[in-house]
Amino acid sequence: MLTNEEVAQTIINQFGEAVSDFDDPYDLLTFSTTRETIIPLITYLKDHQTFQVGFLTDITGIHYPDSVGKEFCVVYHLHSLTNNFRLRVKVFLSADDLHIPTASPVFASANWMERETFDFFGIIFDGHPDLRRILNMEEMDYFPMRKEYPLEDATREDKIDALFGR
Amino acid sequence: MVSEDLDIANKNLPAEQGPVQYVNELTTLNLGPTHPATHGIFQNVLQMDGEKIVSSEQTIGYIHRAFEKIAERRPFYQITTLTDRMNYCSSPINNMGWHMTVEKLLGIDIPKRAQYIRVILMELARIADHVVCNGILGVDTGAFTGFLYIYQERENIYEIYEEICGARLTTNMGRIGGMERDLSPTAIRKIKELLVRFPKILREFENLFNRNRIFMDRVINVGSISAERALSYGFTGPNLRAAGVDYDVRVMNPYSSYQDFEFDIPVGQSGDTYDRFMVRNEEMWQSLRIIQQAMDNLPEGPYYADAPQYYLPPKQEVYKNMEALIYHFKIVMGEIDAPVGEVYHAVEGGNGELGFYLISDGGRAPYRLHFRRPCFIYYQAYPEMCKGLTLSDAIVIMSSMNVIAGELDA
Repeated sequence: MLTNEEVAQTIINQFGEAVSDFDDPYDLLTFSTTRETIIPLITYLKDHQTFQVGFLTDITGIHYPDSVGKEFCVVYHLHSLTNNFRLRVKVFLSADDLHIPTASPVFASANWMERETFDFFGIIFDGHPDLRRILNMEEMDYFPMRKEYPLEDATREDKIDALFGR
Repeated sequence: MVSEDLDIANKNLPAEQGPVQYVNELTTLNLGPTHPATHGIFQNVLQMDGEKIVSSEQTIGYIHRAFEKIAERRPFYQITTLTDRMNYCSSPINNMGWHMTVEKLLGIDIPKRAQYIRVILMELARIADHVVCNGILGVDTGAFTGFLYIYQERENIYEIYEEICGARLTTNMGRIGGMERDLSPTAIRKIKELLVRFPKILREFENLFNRNRIFMDRVINVGSISAERALSYGFTGPNLRAAGVDYDVRVMNPYSSYQDFEFDIPVGQSGDTYDRFMVRNEEMWQSLRIIQQAMDNLPEGPYYADAPQYYLPPKQEVYKNMEALIYHFKIVMGEIDAPVGEVYHAVEGGNGELGFYLISDGGRAPYRLHFRRPCFIYYQAYPEMCKGLTLSDAIVIMSSMNVIAGELDA
């Protein structure tokens, strides 16, 4: 069985400065990397003799409008089926430059996950074979999962905080 | 090309070039969005060379309802109703998966009895899901009888749900921190009756299909996918196991006391439609085994955790207990804040690993919630699986993949 420390140490030895913010919330190894490193990193994890992280569970995005320079985050969940080891890799992007290389040459499943992330957050996956909207209609000119599109009218008077002791 | 055009073309040609060769034109065929054999609203634009499928392109999103966005404004317990509507063939699995995710975030340990009841309900849901999938696969190959036999049992499973919570399709029997209520004597009797009756019907269903020459001709070596490609495409659940990979979340990351039960993981070899069918059939037997064990060893004790600030109290309690009334009010009004955290929790859904990725910023609703919906991820392999086959093969491949539109679009 792999331990979080062991895997983290190997990744630090291999990538050095390019990986950071190691943490393990609820025992899931989590760390950040840069967009230059993400594809070499997941390729390395996939080809590694002992880790064999051969399964891409999920790719999704998160929007943090308040953290300047790190407004968007792309999250990769990876799984090693042979070792039963999961890990989570994050790449933070600035809102001015939403480009990240595609993972679809490494995992075929990345294709639609990246299309979905593009559809909802507007993150552009460079080199993607078919980067179009997938769940929303093509004519849309905005990205609905961003926080600047609040879901419900925030001025509703029956929900003001004072009435509920907040 | 029409024959008249061909004649004209031949007349105008110089004699030494000879007659024009017949050139196949590709036919564009829209399979869906509302085709009876797609079992949901999604479109496949097929390019056909005569009978053969050359390529296909999928369009999805017809029933996209923005669950992830809606979830950002809803208290945690209200999101249960969103998960109901994803894989609606087995909604208890989605509900319980969501509740377990929130319990993981809140750090609640639920009692054994509640865990066993969850296991029973989740396995009943898995049976109902596989009944639909395999029954419809039979219908798509032209065999209606087996479908009629086995569909009655889905109805009976729905009656068990109805006995427990009053609802049939969009069930609401779990709560964050346990179950809404205990299994009633009638529910226990109905589950026990099902355990006696269902094996006979399943055996009959298998006798109709497993060695049926017509059925075998339609499904063997149709839509094969190798283990390597299946993993690359993110297959999970019965579709991955049919390709020969024994990955099952219930065994690899046990949740809700699955480690207490003995069951096998059925594995196929070639990853074709027949293997997917057989793996689902075998899983129904294994689910029956699990339910039998859980019913035999059902522990005594409470059916909900001692976490009053998170567990929505039963309605009878609310009427006569002041504390329960207060907590009921606070939970329903969304007054309960969750701790800050980041959770990924996966359960074995009806058609694969159903994952919940939840980020809480300490508010009453998730900051970000993402559903890892198994069929959204593997449906992109469909063009590769039906390439070079005929339209009738494409139909059975789609049925055997168990693509549920509600989960595909979310």
